[in-house]
Amino acid sequence: MKFTWFNLMPWPHLPDDFRETNRSVWVDIDQALFDPVKCHDVYNDYLDLLEYADQLGFDGVGINEHHQNGYGLMPSPNIMAASLARRTSKAAVVVLGNSIALYNPPLRVAEEFAMLDIMTGGRFVGGFPVGTSMDTNFCYGTIPGLTREKYAEAHELIIRAWTEKTPFAFNGRYTKLRHVNIWPNVLQTPHPPIHIPGGGSVETYDFCVDNTYSYSYLSFSGYLRAKALMDGYWRRVAEREVDNSPYRAGFAQTVFVAETDEEAERLYSEYAFYFYNRCLHVYPGFADAPGYRTIKTIQTGALNQYMRPTYTNMTWKDLVEGGHVIAGSPETVRQRFEELIKSLRVGNIFLLMHVGNMPKALCQYSTKLFAEKVMPHLQDMWPEWKEDGRFWCKPLAQRAIPAPLPVATPDMVPAQ
Amino acid sequence: MITSRKISTRAGSINVFEGGEGPDLLFLHAAGGVSADNPFLKALAQSYHVRAPQLPGYGESDDSDNIHDMLEVTLHTFDVLEKLGMSRPLLVGHSLGGMIAAEMAAIAPNDVDRMALICPAGLWLDAHPVPDIFTLMPREFPEYMFHDAEAGKAMMAGAQGGNMNDPAFLIPFLVNNSRQLGMAGKFLFPIPERGLKDRMYRIKARTVLVWGASDRLFPAPYAHAWKEGIAGSALVIIPEAGHMVPLEKTEATLAAIGRLR
Repeated sequence: MKFTWFNLMPWPHLPDDFRETNRSVWVDIDQALFDPVKCHDVYNDYLDLLEYADQLGFDGVGINEHHQNGYGLMPSPNIMAASLARRTSKAAVVVLGNSIALYNPPLRVAEEFAMLDIMTGGRFVGGFPVGTSMDTNFCYGTIPGLTREKYAEAHELIIRAWTEKTPFAFNGRYTKLRHVNIWPNVLQTPHPPIHIPGGGSVETYDFCVDNTYSYSYLSFSGYLRAKALMDGYWRRVAEREVDNSPYRAGFAQTVFVAETDEEAERLYSEYAFYFYNRCLHVYPGFADAPGYRTIKTIQTGALNQYMRPTYTNMTWKDLVEGGHVIAGSPETVRQRFEELIKSLRVGNIFLLMHVGNMPKALCQYSTKLFAEKVMPHLQDMWPEWKEDGRFWCKPLAQRAIPAPLPVATPDMVPAQ
Repeated sequence: MITSRKISTRAGSINVFEGGEGPDLLFLHAAGGVSADNPFLKALAQSYHVRAPQLPGYGESDDSDNIHDMLEVTLHTFDVLEKLGMSRPLLVGHSLGGMIAAEMAAIAPNDVDRMALICPAGLWLDAHPVPDIFTLMPREFPEYMFHDAEAGKAMMAGAQGGNMNDPAFLIPFLVNNSRQLGMAGKFLFPIPERGLKDRMYRIKARTVLVWGASDRLFPAPYAHAWKEGIAGSALVIIPEAGHMVPLEKTEATLAAIGRLR
């Protein structure tokens, strides 16, 4: 198993009456709710947490890209990744990912991922989301009906830039470049492993199979509701007659660990409610620009703004029993993760352990319990696929270590 | 009596509604599309030989990956004219259709000699940002589209009257919406402006602009910007009508178009 400690980096200062007084946490969220001085501390705490996860032995530390979003303070995850590259040493830095249709030229992603791959010494896993409609269409202005074509072209350019050994010309509809020759280029061969966040687009299943990418379902509604979608993915994998390595799939799950189930509710419910009620309060008109989803995907009845679960009246019991969150004692959490991993057949888990406005110390408590009392029991769940390295990074054996910060001494002061 | 037939174009098979006798008229529909039972289409067919092609992605027309931008849809519409054997018809375009008609007249000024633009899209005024139709929920449309929102709701009942929690209604609704507005978005998203302001000086066509006085999508300043942009154009403002002026005030709209006969 590969456990990635993932941080969405939510804004923790949304007011109690946020739902009542705002129409959306995303796209047109009120500027007055933002405070850059507070954000300075928020960023610092969130990076501390990711670095803590590295210390505790998680396989990866994960971050992602959102725009104009009150539950995701990372328009550029690559900036966070660059910081993590220096302050973590063991965990993979998992950037899940860059919305490649939004970069102009998309070669920028090839370049920045190459830099991160090198800075981390090959401890790098990348991702290429199409991006949500909120990010891609409403915040970044990409035309919905052309988003996928633009994405496909960007993908071709990036992979060619990483793998071709001589400069080439690229004549795309959206990007025209006479001399593609990124320098520096990637460390891992042929390139870093790629995970594709998907939300049920059937075309994405084939895209992952075709390119040996891992399909990641980054849902907030938990593993029980994800079963139908992941079954669809595995059916497609079988139809395509490729192996069914569990590392072909990943899943994001909100999780809280405490000494007992009761303690979990007492410690964490407040923060779960903050996330599900305030952070997921998105105006439905932003959820799916017409033309963003393919007709084929709509016809499969994939989730859309009209049929998402409504969290407003959910109790802690509802959240836990519905699998939206996995919470409780280490044993409870272990059992439910075992069920999740087996039922969805996933080798990559993205752990949403910092949730909503959770304080740092409490998050560290939960994280430490998971690392010490849950994770060790789950790590060898797919022994027959232990050697499957196709979907994870291959770091250098000998990696450079950042030097301790120099201490200023009198003889370092330039002579007068 | 409106009939329909298919013609073959580079963008795929295109469905064309046809009816009436009289001078040739090509009607270009708005982002909401057009159907055979559209009352305005029927009214036009009382006085004209009307042809109304459906854009790719609309109704019985094929979806098309060949159309990416304003130039391609403009040339596509000339292809449609050619296939229909029409030469210099009276062009009538509503909203998005008006934007396409104006683009045709700017690109090929000697091939378009008369046009009626009914509250066309295509200009943007920083002081009067238009509502983002791509974020509107179905129930919100009537208040933006009609002078009389209540009456508008009744007129749109077929398009939005279903139960959004019922997949049997929802999925076909979303497919239709995605096909149509997915195509319209190529010209209208995220800002319904594709540079016409820099080309409209080329327009030679005799032009009538028809506007609903209470159009909340493209309010009055847009009407005046169009009038200024097209030399010699006439502006007819119709009271007690919104963006759907052809449905709300059909006779007055026809009378305005009649100025071009």
